[in-house]
Amino acid sequence: MSNIPSELRYASTHEWVRNEGDGTFTVGITEHAQELLGDMVFVELPEVGDAVGAGDDVAVAESVKAASDVYAPITGTIVAINEDLENTPELVNSDAFGDGWLFRIEAEDPTEVESLLDAEGYENSIDED
Amino acid sequence: MTNKTVLHAKHIEAGAKMVDFHGWEMPINYGSQIEEHHAVRKDAGMFDVSHMTIVDVKGSEAKGYLRKLLANDVAKLSDKGKALYSGMLNEDGGVVDDLIVYHFDETNYRLVVNSATREKDMNWLNGVAEEFSVSITEIPDFAMIAVQGPNAKEKAAALFSDAQKEAVAGMKPFFGVQAEDLFIATTGYTGEAGYEIMVPNDMAADFWQRLIDAGVTPCGLGARDTLRLEAGMNLYGQDMDETISPLAANMAWTITWEPSERDFMGRKALETQKAHGTHKLVGLVMTDKGVLRTGQKVKVSEGEGVITSGTFSPTLGHSIAMARIPATSDETAEVEMRKKWVTVKIVKPSFVRNGKSVL
Repeated sequence: MSNIPSELRYASTHEWVRNEGDGTFTVGITEHAQELLGDMVFVELPEVGDAVGAGDDVAVAESVKAASDVYAPITGTIVAINEDLENTPELVNSDAFGDGWLFRIEAEDPTEVESLLDAEGYENSIDED
Repeated sequence: MTNKTVLHAKHIEAGAKMVDFHGWEMPINYGSQIEEHHAVRKDAGMFDVSHMTIVDVKGSEAKGYLRKLLANDVAKLSDKGKALYSGMLNEDGGVVDDLIVYHFDETNYRLVVNSATREKDMNWLNGVAEEFSVSITEIPDFAMIAVQGPNAKEKAAALFSDAQKEAVAGMKPFFGVQAEDLFIATTGYTGEAGYEIMVPNDMAADFWQRLIDAGVTPCGLGARDTLRLEAGMNLYGQDMDETISPLAANMAWTITWEPSERDFMGRKALETQKAHGTHKLVGLVMTDKGVLRTGQKVKVSEGEGVITSGTFSPTLGHSIAMARIPATSDETAEVEMRKKWVTVKIVKPSFVRNGKSVL
C-alpha cells in the first residue's frame, strides 16, 4: 500500500491538496497515481493567473505509459506552478507529496476543500478501483 | 494459465513489478524503466527472455525446409553459427512471425521465435514440415538472458570459462556458438552490442545473480520496448502481424527474391503486393512536448495511416514512433493526439544505434 499522508485532502481522481494556511492550496498527484503511471516524461502545467473551476482538466501528467489529465480539485486562481518539473518531471515519481507538487491555487472559497476526501476516504476509493 | 520463467523468483527478490505478457508473468520494471534504459545505452543491462521459444530443426532436408518456410534465404548462410533474421509468411503474404535462425550445418539449425505466438508457430512449423524429411523439436531446457550495452560483453565475459572466452573471441555480430554448457550469441533487441545467452534451466538463477554481481543492471519489458523502438526494430503483433505484408513493415530487406525459382511460402502474394505497391512503415519524430502513442491516426497527402508503436525516447529526450502509412514523398505527417492534429517529421524507422542518435 502506498503512502497517504493524513494531513492532506484528496480527490477521487488522485490529486492531493495541502492547505498552506494563507488561502492558497498546493496540488499534486498521489504516490498511488505516480505508481500507476510509471516514469514521468512531461508535465504540462496551467499558467499563473488562470482561473480554474473544480473538476476542470488543467494539467497533463505524461508518463512512458500514458497521458493522464490532472483536474483542479477546487475553484480559484492559479498563483504558482512548479517550474522544476519542466526539466525534472521525475520529481513526481521520487517525491509525489513534496518536490513533485504541480501548482498552487488561491481558493475562491477555502471551505470547498472540506468537501474533498480525507486520507481514509481516499484509501477506500483506491481499494474500490 | 500463467507461465513463469525459471528466473521468476529472482525478479520478485529484486522488487520487480510483474505484469502478464501473453500468458507469462514477466517484469515490466524493477523501479524505473528509464534508468534501466540508460543502463543499457551507457553500461550494461540484462533481460530475462526465457519466455521465447527455442526450436531445433534437424534432418537431411532441413535446409530445403527452411528455404520453403522463410522469406529470407538460409542458403546465404555458410559459416557455422551464422544467424539470419527472417519473416515466416503465410500464403497471403502476411507475417506469421519473425524469428532468428542459426545455421550450424545444412542438416542442423536452431530457431528462436516469439513467445506470444508459440502455439501458432509450432503448428505452422509442423504444417510446412509435412513435405520434408525434418524433425522440429521445441527445446524447453534453457533459460535465455540477453546482456546488452557497451560494457555488456566485457561484464558477461567475467562469468565465462577459458574455453567459452576462446569460443566468443572475435565473434562478429549475428553469430551463435555452443560453448560447453552455454549457447552464446551476438544478437539482441536493443541496438547495442552484447550477447543473448542460453543457459541450462538449473544454472539460470545463479548465472543471473553472478551477472548482477558483475555490475549488470536487471531491466524489464518496459525498457526493452523503448530500446527496441529507438533501434527501429519491429515488435510482432504491433508493427506487423498475419494481415500485414513484410513490405509494409520495413521488412523488405529480409526478403530474398533471387533465385527466382525458390518458391518460398507467400512468394506469389508478395510479388503481387510488390507490383501494386503497399503502405510503408516509417519513423516519426516529435520534438515538442507530448508522446506519440500506439494506435493514433496519421495523415499524409496520400491518405491515412496509424502509429504501430509510439513512445518517449529516453536517449533522445523526445517522442518517437513507427507508423504504417501510404507511400509518400511528404517530409511531415499530421498525427491526431488528444483531439489535436500535430505536425511531426517523417524519417527512416531507426533512431538510435550504439548509444547515439542516427537522426
